[in-house]
Amino acid sequence: MTDEPLLRVTALSKYYGSRIGCEDISFDLWPGEVLAVVGESGSGKTTLLNCLATRLLPTSGTASYRMRDNQWRDLYRMSEAERRFLMRTDWGFVHQNPADGLRMTVSAGANVGERLMAIGDRHYGNIRSTAVDWLGRVEIDEERIDDEPRAFSGGMRQRLQIARNLVTGPRLVFMDEPTGGLDVSVQARLLDLLRGLVTDLGLAAIVVTHDLAVARLLSQRMMVMKDGHVVESGLTDRVLDDPRAPYTQLLVSSILQV
Amino acid sequence: MATPLIVSEVAKAFTMHLRGGIRLPVVANVSFSIRAGECAVLGGPSGAGKSSILKMVYGNYGVDQGQIIVDHHGQLVDLATANPRTVLAVRRDTIGYVSQFLRTVPRVSALDVVAEPLVARGTARDEAHARASELLGRLNLPERLWSLPPATFSGGEQQRVNIARGFITDHPVLLLDEPTASLDATNREVVISLIEEKKLRGTALLGIFHDADVREAVADRIVDVTTFAAGKAAA
Repeated sequence: MTDEPLLRVTALSKYYGSRIGCEDISFDLWPGEVLAVVGESGSGKTTLLNCLATRLLPTSGTASYRMRDNQWRDLYRMSEAERRFLMRTDWGFVHQNPADGLRMTVSAGANVGERLMAIGDRHYGNIRSTAVDWLGRVEIDEERIDDEPRAFSGGMRQRLQIARNLVTGPRLVFMDEPTGGLDVSVQARLLDLLRGLVTDLGLAAIVVTHDLAVARLLSQRMMVMKDGHVVESGLTDRVLDDPRAPYTQLLVSSILQV
Repeated sequence: MATPLIVSEVAKAFTMHLRGGIRLPVVANVSFSIRAGECAVLGGPSGAGKSSILKMVYGNYGVDQGQIIVDHHGQLVDLATANPRTVLAVRRDTIGYVSQFLRTVPRVSALDVVAEPLVARGTARDEAHARASELLGRLNLPERLWSLPPATFSGGEQQRVNIARGFITDHPVLLLDEPTASLDATNREVVISLIEEKKLRGTALLGIFHDADVREAVADRIVDVTTFAAGKAAA
């Protein structure tokens, strides 16, 4: 753990007209830390994630990011080109629907290799061998490297999307319901894989999920959102084992025991 | 410091917002301390708040009032108010915990589960695995199970994995929540000797043991939790 956070968010708010998307959100994220943002649909968690990933601009508030050269940059004052570069190199964004994060009509290998080319890698042999390595790490058979993701199952597509995001060695990954559309056994495998990768690579991540089991397995800290506000936050096991806000108690008590 | 853990005037209640805001007092005025090399045992009937106290000391339950002071790398940290990042650092280096039940993670082998706290502190994987093997061997977990995820293990096997995981590090404070509940006599003896070794090395231990034999064998002192009954303080 370093002494400085990676991301500093202060009083971030996003309004859609007079409607609240999210309001007055502040937190710090440290390197290697996984923060889960939980809440029901419409609680503002995806709005928050999109603001942080600069896919949306907030109405007010700031978010600063510590670049690799340790310079702090205000995310909302960067140029579009700088933001895009950050997004392609130091950040990852894993969408709930893999089709939103992959190019469905180019090969699996090219999907992974594209991010490498974006940071200047030009050697075909290196790109291909790195792609093979990453497909292996996300448990996709090397033989499938020339297949298009259209021909992959949902779970494989999601694993490919993860490989595409992690290949550039990002320090921060945003995930929007990463296990959302998958059936349960596929979910378990993906979660397990994610947990291993996040630990091994020391990634910081912000994971939006409505699934408390996902939060428990992946995150050290969590924020519970309702109606655009953070109603409770803290250590993940503390929030889940000793929930204090009425809404968190409702969420925790609504889990079905298997 | 000879007293690595001091609990002072701690109070805890649960407020059940879904049940009309009923307030369930758990404990009040909890005060005790543990010296290095000492094993204190929380005593009292079920429901007296023993586990809640242990969970507060681990940062797993919130604390309504009072202080829980731990010596973390020579600095005094109040766990009742510490931020999540500090609590995580304290758990990594200072306070170990053997929970009653193992929370299994799919696909992670027993050996890795046990070695993980050492790896998290920067020990090389090989060395951590060697230490883990040694402990699992001492606890008589059959070697053919070591490479398997513990999800399918029996209660006693899972508990031994949990014990090995808790005992593998040299944390100055170790919390034990009924570590011997589902063990046979042989393995109970192993746990008793593991606890004795910790004491000799200066670890401060705080535990819950329903098993009277184990309790008598390891306890230097009983902390009677019934004196902290929350109702009493109010009355």
